[in-house]
Amino acid sequence: MVPLLGRSLILLSLLVAILGAMLAFAAAARRSAGGALWTRRAAYAFAAIMALANGLMVYALLARDFSVGYVAQVGSRAVPAWVAVVSLWSSLEGSILFWGLVLGAYVAAATWNLRKAPADQVSYATGVWLATGAFFAFLLAGPAQPFATVSPVLEDGPGPNPLLQNHLLMIAHPPFLYLGYVGMTIPFGLASAALLTGRLGADFLRPLRLWLMLPWTFLTVAIVLGGWWAYEVLGWGGYWAWDPVENASFLPWLTATAALHSGLLMERKGILKGWTVTLIQASFLLTILGTFMTRSGVFNSVHSFTQSAIGPTLLVFLAVALIWSVVLLATGIDRLGSSREIGAAASRESMFLMNNLLFVLFTFTVLIGTVFPLVVEAVRGVQMSVGRPYFDRMAVPIGVSLLLLLGVGPALPWGRATSEEVRRALLPPAASGLVAGALGLALGVENGWTLLTVAFGGYALHVTLKQLWVPARLRVGSGLGAAAAELLLGSRRRTAGYLVHLGAILIIVSIAVSSTEGRSTEVELAAGESATLGAYTLTFVGAEEVQEPHRVSTIARVAVRHGGRDLGVVEPRMNQYEMQRQPIGTPAVRTGLTEDLYLSVMNVDPAGQRVGLLALVNPMVGWIWVATGIMGLGGVLALVPVRRPQRRPAASPVAAAVPEGMR
Amino acid sequence: MSDEQIPAARGRRRAIVLAAAVAAGAAILLVTAGGIGENLVYYWDATELHASGDRAIGATIRLGGMVAADSVTYSGSGSTLEFDVTDGERSVHVRSTGVPPQMFREGIGVVVEGTMTRAGTFEGHRLMISHDNEYRTPAEGEEIDIRERMRSVRGLDAS
Repeated sequence: MVPLLGRSLILLSLLVAILGAMLAFAAAARRSAGGALWTRRAAYAFAAIMALANGLMVYALLARDFSVGYVAQVGSRAVPAWVAVVSLWSSLEGSILFWGLVLGAYVAAATWNLRKAPADQVSYATGVWLATGAFFAFLLAGPAQPFATVSPVLEDGPGPNPLLQNHLLMIAHPPFLYLGYVGMTIPFGLASAALLTGRLGADFLRPLRLWLMLPWTFLTVAIVLGGWWAYEVLGWGGYWAWDPVENASFLPWLTATAALHSGLLMERKGILKGWTVTLIQASFLLTILGTFMTRSGVFNSVHSFTQSAIGPTLLVFLAVALIWSVVLLATGIDRLGSSREIGAAASRESMFLMNNLLFVLFTFTVLIGTVFPLVVEAVRGVQMSVGRPYFDRMAVPIGVSLLLLLGVGPALPWGRATSEEVRRALLPPAASGLVAGALGLALGVENGWTLLTVAFGGYALHVTLKQLWVPARLRVGSGLGAAAAELLLGSRRRTAGYLVHLGAILIIVSIAVSSTEGRSTEVELAAGESATLGAYTLTFVGAEEVQEPHRVSTIARVAVRHGGRDLGVVEPRMNQYEMQRQPIGTPAVRTGLTEDLYLSVMNVDPAGQRVGLLALVNPMVGWIWVATGIMGLGGVLALVPVRRPQRRPAASPVAAAVPEGMR
Repeated sequence: MSDEQIPAARGRRRAIVLAAAVAAGAAILLVTAGGIGENLVYYWDATELHASGDRAIGATIRLGGMVAADSVTYSGSGSTLEFDVTDGERSVHVRSTGVPPQMFREGIGVVVEGTMTRAGTFEGHRLMISHDNEYRTPAEGEEIDIRERMRSVRGLDAS
């Protein structure tokens, strides 16, 4: 019953998406008001059907209805309810279904948000969104069918991949990633509409920026949540390995970040329109490439547990989307018309250009390193991968340059700056940079690149805090409340931007410090034996086995002392899941303000009371999560709609006094 | 601003910009290509490792195969481990430092990352059990595809 109902919903969504997309393009071409209305209705209908289909699947997962193909594949009577619900995105078919839900929600929200925008442009955009929707509905109808009928019906299923039920972060990471990935469809549609109509005016720039900012914020958080999950679950002690599946999420983030910056220039100066649109198209294409890489089984990883038939289909879709973008850009880019050339070298505009060049360079480096093994395997049939040193060697200089730019760009004025202005803008923060560098040296930072990062971090921090403070300073006279109100309301977008910068500085510095200044050891201990790591003394107390409904855990108890202080007992564990041969460890992470102590069980013998431990001291890792929170807050602040009266020219004293800011 | 410039100057400037872009692109490509070439990780089984001869010495290799029966010995203080990795035809002697993973035993599929020495011993610095994507134990004597096994460690234990 459920499989049949599910399949009917999928087919209905496919039908609505195809008809809606055709209707949308026809309505846009004829500028038909009635057509635009029905296009919107199709968009809402698509969203509603996808929501129903997802609801049905969640119901089937909770009811343990093993007549449904997907439930038979990932369901289990042994798992708790929350695991049953998150199983929705634990394997291929379910995650494509979830993709449909997110896409539907985005399309409905964007349609509602843009109901008053120029009808022909919105209709074109809706056409692109629904065409994308039709593709994913097609995947669900054929190659990745979640509602297949299973006969005979099984009594129980294997449960989702144990790695995915091992930590609560797995509830959060995939939805955020999908909200980021799928959300790129919206700006892609809007940019396509701009190219199709040849218009990219002020009325369209705001929604374009909004609908790029939203998925960008989700993607930022998702990437770090993925790293956090890897850190807390995989047990090798790090959070980022330049793994193809990680790169897949990072690539569209790079181009989207570049587009957000060039978009600012586009809004203020009317330049770089074609370039920004290109970056937006590229971001969408990279999300599809990323989906192909993680979901088709060309790279095997946590993300692809079944070899699937969707690889070629996704590749065809990628090719179609690529051709669509190239043709649109080739024919439409000149019509957008950019007004002026970039000004002087020492201006904020040229720093935006530098920023964009660096982000694009970063994208190419990561893209080449990720795709190269695929090409070699396809051409020569040889398996290989590109090692981490390549990525580190390329990413470190680019990252450090971007950090420096974070400090230089916002400090420089728009337009042409005199050398006196440049000196005044850049010298005081340089002093902060020197102080930060000296502090790093005093704290024992040895790596040259890390020291440089710390110094540039101090420099950029000075500039960012100053820029954050400028609008508040002008209102401090009228009380702190007024200053805070100006920051959060009056200069909201400006504050949001610099909050994101603040998080970015913190993240870059934390990554540099944590990846170069840590220490680690591998030891085998019998009960009662100790090992030392830096100032820590680790004593293996003993191990015991604990039965849980869906797994058997062996818990190793390790007493930790730091200097003379007793820090208590930590319990890294090794879990053996039903239906899975390979045991999976859960490391014990003791997160502190300055450093984490990370203990991972390599092997443990509860009978013989022996344990093999991987122990690491990772400095500043906790700050990566904090910094991401700050970036996310900045993103949210930029998105919150604030109603305020039409701005009169220079009505606010701040507006007049902050000419260089992004208000 | 461009309106004030005479067309020839504008053309020259455009040419300079174009040349700079091409030069930068070429430089990036060179650095990238060099960087990739030096940092390749090869996925080989024992036969391929022997066939590659001197190329294997110093290169980063992921050697995949099964731990040969009766070949595991612990030496030193117990932290050094020696065993043979076989693909059914040829085998390679491996010396591995560090704590072995829980599942490590004779007859299991492993992937060892490390490099070949002139002495003919494979020095491993990372030892991974190759995951089986199926949630089940392979039947006695069942053929196991080493290629697929090697592919399976890619991404999971990356560090």
